[in-house]
Amino acid sequence: MSKYTEDDLREELKTKEYEYGFYTDIESDTFPVGLNEDVVRAISKKKEEPEWMTEWRLEAFRVWEQMVEPEWANVNYEKPDFQAISYYSAPNKKPKYESLDEVDPELLETFNKLGISLDEQKKLAGVAMDVVVDSVSVATTFKKTLAEKGIIFCSISEAIKEHPELVKKYIGTVVPKTDNFYAALNSAVFSDGSFCYIPKGVRCPMELSTYFRINQAGTGQFERTLVVADEGSYVSYLEGCTAPSRDENQLHAAVVELIAMEDAEIKYSTVQNWFPGNAEGKGGVFNFVTKRGLCEKNSKISWTQVETGSAVTWKYPSCVLKGDNSVGEFYSIAVTNNFQQADTGTKMIHLGKNTKSTIISKGISAGKSQNSYRGLVQISSRADNARNFSQCDSLLMGNECGAHTFPYIEAKNKSAQIEHEATTSKIGEDQIFYCNQRGIDTEKAIALIVNGFSKEVLNKLPMEFAVEAQKLLEISLEGSVG
Amino acid sequence: MELKDKLVSSFFAFEDHLEDASPIHDIRNEAIKTFEQKGFPTKKEEAWKYTSLNSVLKHDYSLFPKTENAIEYKDIKPYLIHDIDSYKIIFIDGKYSSHLSQTTHDGIDVCLMSAALAKPKYRLVIENYFNKAATKDSLPSLNTAFSSEGAYIHIPKNKLVEKPIQIVHFSTGNEAALMLQPRNLIVVDENSHVQIIERHQSLTDNPVLTNSVTEIFANKRAIADYYKIQNDNQNASLIDNTFIKQKQESHVSVHTFSFGGKLTRNNLNFYQNGERIDSTLKGITIIGDKQHVDHNTLVHHIEPNCESHQDYKGIFGDSATGVFNGQVVVEKEAQKTNAYQSNNNILVSDKATINSKPQLEIFADDVKCSHGCTIGQLDESAMFYMRSRGIPEKEARALLMYAFSNNVLNSVKIPEIKQRITKLIAKKLGVNIGFDL
Repeated sequence: MSKYTEDDLREELKTKEYEYGFYTDIESDTFPVGLNEDVVRAISKKKEEPEWMTEWRLEAFRVWEQMVEPEWANVNYEKPDFQAISYYSAPNKKPKYESLDEVDPELLETFNKLGISLDEQKKLAGVAMDVVVDSVSVATTFKKTLAEKGIIFCSISEAIKEHPELVKKYIGTVVPKTDNFYAALNSAVFSDGSFCYIPKGVRCPMELSTYFRINQAGTGQFERTLVVADEGSYVSYLEGCTAPSRDENQLHAAVVELIAMEDAEIKYSTVQNWFPGNAEGKGGVFNFVTKRGLCEKNSKISWTQVETGSAVTWKYPSCVLKGDNSVGEFYSIAVTNNFQQADTGTKMIHLGKNTKSTIISKGISAGKSQNSYRGLVQISSRADNARNFSQCDSLLMGNECGAHTFPYIEAKNKSAQIEHEATTSKIGEDQIFYCNQRGIDTEKAIALIVNGFSKEVLNKLPMEFAVEAQKLLEISLEGSVG
Repeated sequence: MELKDKLVSSFFAFEDHLEDASPIHDIRNEAIKTFEQKGFPTKKEEAWKYTSLNSVLKHDYSLFPKTENAIEYKDIKPYLIHDIDSYKIIFIDGKYSSHLSQTTHDGIDVCLMSAALAKPKYRLVIENYFNKAATKDSLPSLNTAFSSEGAYIHIPKNKLVEKPIQIVHFSTGNEAALMLQPRNLIVVDENSHVQIIERHQSLTDNPVLTNSVTEIFANKRAIADYYKIQNDNQNASLIDNTFIKQKQESHVSVHTFSFGGKLTRNNLNFYQNGERIDSTLKGITIIGDKQHVDHNTLVHHIEPNCESHQDYKGIFGDSATGVFNGQVVVEKEAQKTNAYQSNNNILVSDKATINSKPQLEIFADDVKCSHGCTIGQLDESAMFYMRSRGIPEKEARALLMYAFSNNVLNSVKIPEIKQRITKLIAKKLGVNIGFDL
């Protein structure tokens, strides 16, 4: 075997820049920096929103002004200056395209670099893409197939115009606009996002998917996603992110609301790979996301996430198990390397009887990163026979990183059954030795072991995503051999 | 007047009548400033998220009880582990009772904090150890400011203390409401071994609030076993702050048995300053009514090759509230740490609440740390098994609960304590059976 040592590898990786760190020069329609009521009004006007939406945004803005940034998370970062961000940026070329030929070639180039060419995606296993480049939906495919089933899948701004009654009924019901600092900010200035409505009894025939990218320098991205699954329906929703490399920190404060009506099921998968900052911890995306799902009777919401990017992640996809017999699931892999910080986990609020929740969280920390799991399991006094199982495993690589677990367990019902367990360990020398012995080099062995460690979660991802996620894990951990 | 203001204003009167030469004069003044600044903790603080002191702070506590009370041995006998020979340090309303106590200076020092603070021969120990482990949090600071009495135990090198030491605080109810602030200092030198039993007991129903601080220093290869029996009546509240600093190869265990009291908060902190240290924290909590027991533990692993074992069991009935907030911190240097934490709870009533927060904060990679937390019920099939063999429901239930908490009792090294606790559990569960059938 050639003399390629760990040191060489470490050296190579140190200099390895973020693969997706490029910047496409598309003429953008960007607002001046700063935030006030006029900016909120202007965003609303730009998006040709009805009066009630403008008011809704303004209410959120007024609440936000009174709020202070939360500080309880186990992360350290320089707080963003909210007056130094431009709150709206949209690609200039309009209107929408029917076919890909009409799309700005530069934009297509961006997608090709990301390896998500639309052509390919179109062919790939029937994935409909709602591609969001800097907030405005540029191309929507497979819309017609979906329309036949009565499924509405479009950008939220379009939904506000075309299905105002649905949006008005559901927006802000799961994550109220006053919920927290970032949710309020998002409610005031959200630029775009996705809206999805599955009618009664319909099983969505394909995975719905959205790719987000932060493109324009200095623009915050405020996505708003609303997924409503009506009685007895099923939908699997995928969300994936890659962002170009930037030196100043970029803010990403999204809100995702899921509503699962009686007997409905929503599966929401995320692969997050925003720019994590370079090896010195410079730059990177701030990811402050509020995600929450509401479960009615006999319904099920399942969150799966693979978090490999972002300089700071602050994210707790939650389930409110309101209806009897509803089920909440949370599967997560969070990988942190270099100077990344992640404080992520879930909240399972058991309100209904016979509600069940499962939490599987795998944290992998390497380099000088900090990885925290923070979760809440709450059993209200009326939630008879509620059941929860939580498992949080952490893997540490090197002794300069940290792994933390902060589970909160609150039980008020005697029939509740709650189990929580957490372990922290490192990759065993014997495991590596075993692989080495069989001709697998250390780097590969680590990838193998990490894959095995995260398998429980990876298995929950839809096939196309699982492949990508596996690749992401390897990329994120390269060079962290301890 | 608010209790805080009362405490702060009476501090100066308290300091005045003490001798100026007191070696801890500066420490006291510093501490009262800290307390004045921080005040009593509120639910807004993360460490007090689930415990509110409001209900215990509302009484008008008298801080310096005047009247003496004639207490006979027969009055307190039930509260002592009396069937074994032991050293006893007995306090009545915060004042040392010489005729009930049995102290010694023969080779070891088992005596009083007031004596240790006053006499020059203890000066060196006080300077080296007093307030060296306690944190600057508001309640320990409050205790530090008013610290004048408590137990002072110093075991020099290579001594095996052949009988346990009992520290018991009685309150007589002479005052309408009483606040006590005992301060204990325990220093165990190299290769020595000591067993200590601590108890707080009020003899009437008048409200009592105890804010106690105990500092334990275990030097090289020392062994210290500490047992806390908390079975006070339901108007008494206890805030117990215990700080333990361990040197290499020492073993310290703390067992906490919480059955009584209105509000009990145990702040138990272990700091491991050396290699190959073993720390054990165990507890059984069985409460009902509106009782509230909060275990707040910290194990700080600072150096390599150390172990810690935590095992807390809780059974909560009626409208009782149980809190477990366990924190394990493993520093970067503390490789090869083995930290184990487990918290198991049973809720027997729909109005009871459990809040559990087992936390791990780990900065070292070559460690084995795990924590587990469960909340559940008694196994119905086991119940059925016993019922079908003619064991009445209540007894069957009690047997299962005893079995549930038995793990913790296994590591109790004094058989008489084990018996006493077993009896207390039976009483608490309302059955009349000896479990060691």
